[in-house]
Amino acid sequence: MAELLEVRNLVKHFPVTRGVLFKKTVGHVRAVDGVSFTLAAGETLGVVGESGCGKSTLAQVLMMLEPPTAGEALFEGRPMFAMRGNALRDLRRNMQIVLQDPYTSLNPRMTVGDIVGEPFEIHPEVAPRGSRAARVRELLDVVGLNPEHINRYPHQFSGGQRQRIGIARALALRPKVIVCDEPVSALDVSIQAQVMNLLRELQGEFGLAYVFIAHDLSVVRHLSDRVAVMYLGKIVEIGTEDEIYRHPTHPYTQALLSAVPVADPALRGQRDVIRLTGDVPSPIDPPSGCRFRTRCWKAQDVCAEQEPALVDRGGHPSACHFAEERSVVP
Amino acid sequence: MTEQISVLALDKPRGLFGDAWYTLRSRPLFWVSVSLILLMVLMALFPALFTAKDPTLAQLSLSRQPPSADAWFGYDNQGYDIYARVIYGARASIVVGVLATLGVVLVGASVGILAGFYGGWLDSVVSRIADVFVGVPFVLGAIVILTTLNAGGDAGPARIVAQVVLSIAALSWPVSMRIMRSTAIAAKQQDYVKAARALGASPRRIITKHMLPNCIAPVLVYSTIALGAFIGAEATLSYLGIGLRQPVVSWGVMINSAKDYLRVAPHALLFPAGFLTATVLAFVMLGDAVREALDPKLR
Repeated sequence: MAELLEVRNLVKHFPVTRGVLFKKTVGHVRAVDGVSFTLAAGETLGVVGESGCGKSTLAQVLMMLEPPTAGEALFEGRPMFAMRGNALRDLRRNMQIVLQDPYTSLNPRMTVGDIVGEPFEIHPEVAPRGSRAARVRELLDVVGLNPEHINRYPHQFSGGQRQRIGIARALALRPKVIVCDEPVSALDVSIQAQVMNLLRELQGEFGLAYVFIAHDLSVVRHLSDRVAVMYLGKIVEIGTEDEIYRHPTHPYTQALLSAVPVADPALRGQRDVIRLTGDVPSPIDPPSGCRFRTRCWKAQDVCAEQEPALVDRGGHPSACHFAEERSVVP
Repeated sequence: MTEQISVLALDKPRGLFGDAWYTLRSRPLFWVSVSLILLMVLMALFPALFTAKDPTLAQLSLSRQPPSADAWFGYDNQGYDIYARVIYGARASIVVGVLATLGVVLVGASVGILAGFYGGWLDSVVSRIADVFVGVPFVLGAIVILTTLNAGGDAGPARIVAQVVLSIAALSWPVSMRIMRSTAIAAKQQDYVKAARALGASPRRIITKHMLPNCIAPVLVYSTIALGAFIGAEATLSYLGIGLRQPVVSWGVMINSAKDYLRVAPHALLFPAGFLTATVLAFVMLGDAVREALDPKLR
């Protein structure tokens, strides 16, 4: 498969400053610290990790809402971060984002028609003026909303419906990649499934590639071809859905998986529960060597001295000196 | 509850201002202030509707006559009909108030939204300049501006009004600028602004389509209250003898000329002062009602 998006060693540090008049940088929050992955056309890459591990920052940097500190990203082989003018406009057409909170991601003073039609106003070459209203109605229909509601305001819709509006807006320019920044985390479980199914249908219909960010492993599994597990700004393990869920080799992935609730009562109690102790260390001052070592039951001296590289260990890339398969979920 | 159901049944889309109007409609405070303001505006536009008398006709023989059936508010020291002058005085007071508010809101809001949106050095420079203007006490600043502008002496009525408007606007714009700046900073972080940036929207589009409609409410509320305050400020400056003055007729000018005869002709001061108070109060009440209607948390 041709690589649509290739991210190399992406870094985003936020300076921590002190002082009112004379600002002094006293440290950096290492939100994203050397992340690399590829995304093929039509593929879904799930990104999971707990709160504060840098998932959303990754999305913001990919959408060029925040400038990266270092690293590179190629879209169809061309470096993204150097793009200006028309090249950047083209990129914006090809990459869109669905944000987490449907209550804040829609402008409360605009009607649904204006919100979904705004991409056409910014990129007038996509749809001639006369056809825009029809295109907006079509988009609303595609995401499962009543096209008659085009003149309503966001506050007249439920959370799930609002997220559909956000998806319609992202879809308007027919992008190749949609970055979904926890698109279902703010929704009820029953609505989550509807929105997930919608995203999957749209992927089939339009050949979309997703970077799907979530903190819920079961949500990611439902949609992803490949999954990347993040911890403190780094990817600790990446592989196909089967490799990550059936044959995890990194202790952090194993611990995460063991925390997923099991729906089948017959299987309950059979799985191997791993309880992690302690908190996530501060991203301002991450541990030396392996970042997970402070909470890892396998940690040895080597973990503090040498940072494990994300290289193939036991079938797929895993960043652990003691990578070893352990079936957590029966 | 029944109201909510009927709204849902109507199924008419309403924006935030539509919602605000819906709340305002049922508030007596709103209607009282609006009718008072409409009455004052009508007086300012068509004073002849209210009185047939000439406000510039001085009849010294009638000097300081108390109110009577013939002259409802009596006569002042110069023998002017106070009722006629109060009616005609509404125009200058309201014109000053409206123009000063427009100036303050246009300058303050546009500078504030730019400072809030771009941040950085622009924000620092603008904020420090605003601090300088806020640091000057209002009356002192107005005295300095007005005496400097009017060093030559005799200016026409239009020029006097322009000078007073300018001095009020110059000393008050930082307030609306600060309000706008802080709401703009909050709005800039909103997800819908991020979504617009991800779509490739220009800064101009983000400011006009996304930030301005969401930031304007607090400034609108402030401007309603400020309009009342500026009418009062005009009266203050006129009372001190540096604002409007003869031949312009305004409530402040009337209060100024009546102050020396308070004990012998209190009606000459009470009537213009009463109209001034009522107008200021009406705008403040309107601002209060609008603020409550626009703020969903207070509903």
